Amino acid sequence: MDTLFLSRLQFGLTIAFHYIFPPISIGLGLLLVVMEGLYLKTRDPLYHQMTRFWVRVFGLVFSLGVATGIVMEFQFGTNWSAYSRFVGDVFGSALAAEGIFAFFLESGFLAILLFGWNKVSAGMHFFSTLMVCLGAHFSAVWIVVANSWQQTPAGFHLVARDGSARAEITDFWAVVFNPSSLDRLWHVLMGAWQAGAFFVLSVAAWYLLKKRHEAFARASFKIALVVAMGASLLQLVSGHSSAGVVARHQPAKLAAFEGHYATGPGDLALLGWVDESAEKMTGLAMPGMLSFLVHWDASAPVTGLREFPPADRPPVNLVFQSYHLMVAVGMGLIGLAALGLFFLWRKTLESKRWLLWAFVFSVLGPQAANQAGWFSAEVGRQPWIVQGLLRTSDGFSPVVSAGEVLFSIVLFSLVYLMLFILFIFLLNHKIQHGPSEEDLTVGRQRA
Amino acid sequence: MTAPLDLNTLWFALVGVLFMGYAILDGFDLGVGALHLFAREDQERRLFLNAIGPVWDGNEVWLVTGGGALFAAFPEVYATIFSGFYPAFMLLLFGLIFRAVAIEFRSKQPHPAWRAFWDGSFSVASVAAALLVGVALGNIAWGVPLDAAGEFAGSFLGLLKPYPLLVGVTTVALFAMHGSIYLILKLEGDLQARVRGWAQNTIILFILCYVCTTMATLLYVPHMTAYFKEHPVLFLMPLLTMLAIANIPRELHRGRDFHAFLSSCAAVAALLALFGLGMYPNMVFSSPLAENSLNIYNAASSAKTLKIMLVIAVLGVPLVLSYTASIYWIFRGKVKLDASSY
Ligand code: HDD
Ligand code: HEM
Ligand code: HEM
Repeated sequence: MDTLFLSRLQFGLTIAFHYIFPPISIGLGLLLVVMEGLYLKTRDPLYHQMTRFWVRVFGLVFSLGVATGIVMEFQFGTNWSAYSRFVGDVFGSALAAEGIFAFFLESGFLAILLFGWNKVSAGMHFFSTLMVCLGAHFSAVWIVVANSWQQTPAGFHLVARDGSARAEITDFWAVVFNPSSLDRLWHVLMGAWQAGAFFVLSVAAWYLLKKRHEAFARASFKIALVVAMGASLLQLVSGHSSAGVVARHQPAKLAAFEGHYATGPGDLALLGWVDESAEKMTGLAMPGMLSFLVHWDASAPVTGLREFPPADRPPVNLVFQSYHLMVAVGMGLIGLAALGLFFLWRKTLESKRWLLWAFVFSVLGPQAANQAGWFSAEVGRQPWIVQGLLRTSDGFSPVVSAGEVLFSIVLFSLVYLMLFILFIFLLNHKIQHGPSEEDLTVGRQRA
Repeated sequence: MTAPLDLNTLWFALVGVLFMGYAILDGFDLGVGALHLFAREDQERRLFLNAIGPVWDGNEVWLVTGGGALFAAFPEVYATIFSGFYPAFMLLLFGLIFRAVAIEFRSKQPHPAWRAFWDGSFSVASVAAALLVGVALGNIAWGVPLDAAGEFAGSFLGLLKPYPLLVGVTTVALFAMHGSIYLILKLEGDLQARVRGWAQNTIILFILCYVCTTMATLLYVPHMTAYFKEHPVLFLMPLLTMLAIANIPRELHRGRDFHAFLSSCAAVAALLALFGLGMYPNMVFSSPLAENSLNIYNAASSAKTLKIMLVIAVLGVPLVLSYTASIYWIFRGKVKLDASSY
């Protein structure tokens, strides 16, 4: 095991763990705005109770997002120093902008959200909720811009410096609006809304099954279901347009998504397995569908992996599987949300226990799809760390030894395992405890 | 004779200001962490935690943003330092993780063992974070081996030299003093009276450390004083620093706690300014091969990037300052425990 492999493992592990929490914060942030907005509009104490309960859950999720995010901020320097020297001129500004525009906003107003109930007016509290929600969305903006630049670099030129080259900005707006950033941002945000909405649905469905806090659960369920339905449909649309961008700019990745080797009309697999040595995908596929989705023509040719030397291909089967997992889950979530709305409209939702149980477990869906989506996007970019410009094998820190990285991976694994267990334990505790009666009383807020 | 204010110098100063913000703000809550175990009962520890409760996360964002700005403006420094001091930074990251979750988790369960565990984590992590930051600064000033490509060429044990360790201990003492004065502002009654006693001790401890560090710098780290010797007016800075420090016990004695806290903030800022002036225009000293040092020119991003960043800073900093100020204003006054407290 060398430094390169271990650094990849560590980066993958730590970012995947970080990415459990931010999507929930982003999605729940949006729902908090809706809940508290409804309270201000109707003055119904039920909405006040909802806001207070979900704010407490938000606080817990947020603190894990922060604790694991700080690690990410410094890992580019610790483990990917050669990469940092190469991209710093372009990439660093996005990271700095994230701190200035997003994290300060979020962490500042979170204080009012959590502790300010009796210190500020109801209107000011709502404003803080809005700012926290906005801050959470901004953090996604800048980091996705930075990552998208790695996928589809634009607005830079290469400059030789001390014997090596680095990328320097020529056009800031071309960096920000590089070919993939808008589609990917949209896709990431919808994934986050789904994560937040299904999280609330899961808890609410469980209360309905256990016949606890029913008024609270019903109201939470309805709000979250509407958001879940909208976000899941939009996710299909944005995923489709992301795939179009990948087809144009990262053809090897697209080919890996579908295990497509020979250039020619492309099929869309529903399920399958790629044998990389035989260069063959076996499985259930819809002929010509990939060509159709990319070019609106089922017989149009799609570039196959054979156009790329083996050294320039990503690990195909892994990418194929994670991509299909994401798409399958995406379809499943659309179906589930639609069923929920249908039975809600028929007013028979609460007698469909199987459906409520499906909602209880649905929280895992967006989590799995979010992780799988990033795996497809990032592993599909290999062997490049910056598409077409810098190889991953040239990006790691030459001065860090394999032993040091192994040591940090072991520590991270232990600490993160402990954090995860405690997180689940405390979350469960909060859910078992449920919204309290005091949350109904509006407090000393100067309304 | 004074240096022209070019873009690189400006960014050196701006990155410095971000770290200064971090040291002033997170400094007191790291200090509260260092003192946390001295509090006696659960009730007292809760008061400590809630004194920093609404603000600690925002304080830490100064570090995150400082790191981002360093990456953007001086990528070579970011890459060299963070990969070069790898084990030390990993420990710092673990410290920051433990601190963050300890504050959040502690209050969630009443069992004494649970609370004791998180109390210990919070305190140890706070001290470790302050120590590691100090040792890192000490090394950057003392000089670390860099090769021609600007890569770190030393070993982890090589970082544990006496001078950096001394700077590390001084940092812990500084933050403990700063934290104790912050606590005086936030507490009342008996506990406040007790913390006053601690403030006295931490001030004495800090002044001792400060004197030793200053002597050591003058005797053994001549390159840190070179810039001052070229520009004698700058000797006003150490003078101001000493005045700020000396003013702290004076204000406390007169019962003007808030002024003492301002003085302590000024002392933290002045110490970092001294550090910055001593380094300028270098950012990481290389020793033994001084020609490999990273400075504000050979480690910087392109002028174009520095200009773009300046626009970002001009837009962002006033926003940040305005809501930081509002939050501190909203949560001013003594800590009171209520249902939403930690
Ligand atoms: C702004 C930059 C950025 C962002 C937002 C992300 N990543 Fe990433 N990722 C990288 C920047 C990066 C990188 C530093 O560029 C890596 C290190 C090695 C590589 O090839 O790219 C990487 C690698 C990498 C790998 C290892 C791939 C391999 O080595 O085969 C995985 C599994 C992920 N990432 C997963 C994620 C997840 C789950 C993310 C969701 C939050 C994510 N990444 C966001
Ligand atoms: C490698 C990439 C990333 C880095 C360097 C990074 C960095 C950070 C840092 C430093 C924090 C803590 C901020 C604080 O102290 O308040 C944080 C929190 C956060 N990050 Fe990340 N992050 C990364 C990926 C992402 C992605 C991909 C998203 C979302 C799409 C995201 C969204 C958030 C959010 C919303 C928070 C606030 C905490 C929370 O809500 O859980 N981050 N991140
Ligand atoms: C419904 C069908 C879906 C399609 C057709 C689709 C399509 C895609 C494509 C093509 C990419 C790769 C983009 C790139 O590499 O630049 C991607 C990435 C991703 N997907 Fe999906 N997706 C779908 C559903 C979902 C769902 C339900 C989620 C989460 C709830 C999700 C989360 C993600 C994430 C987080 C990424 C990585 C970020 C990015 O590259 O944009 N996707 N998706």
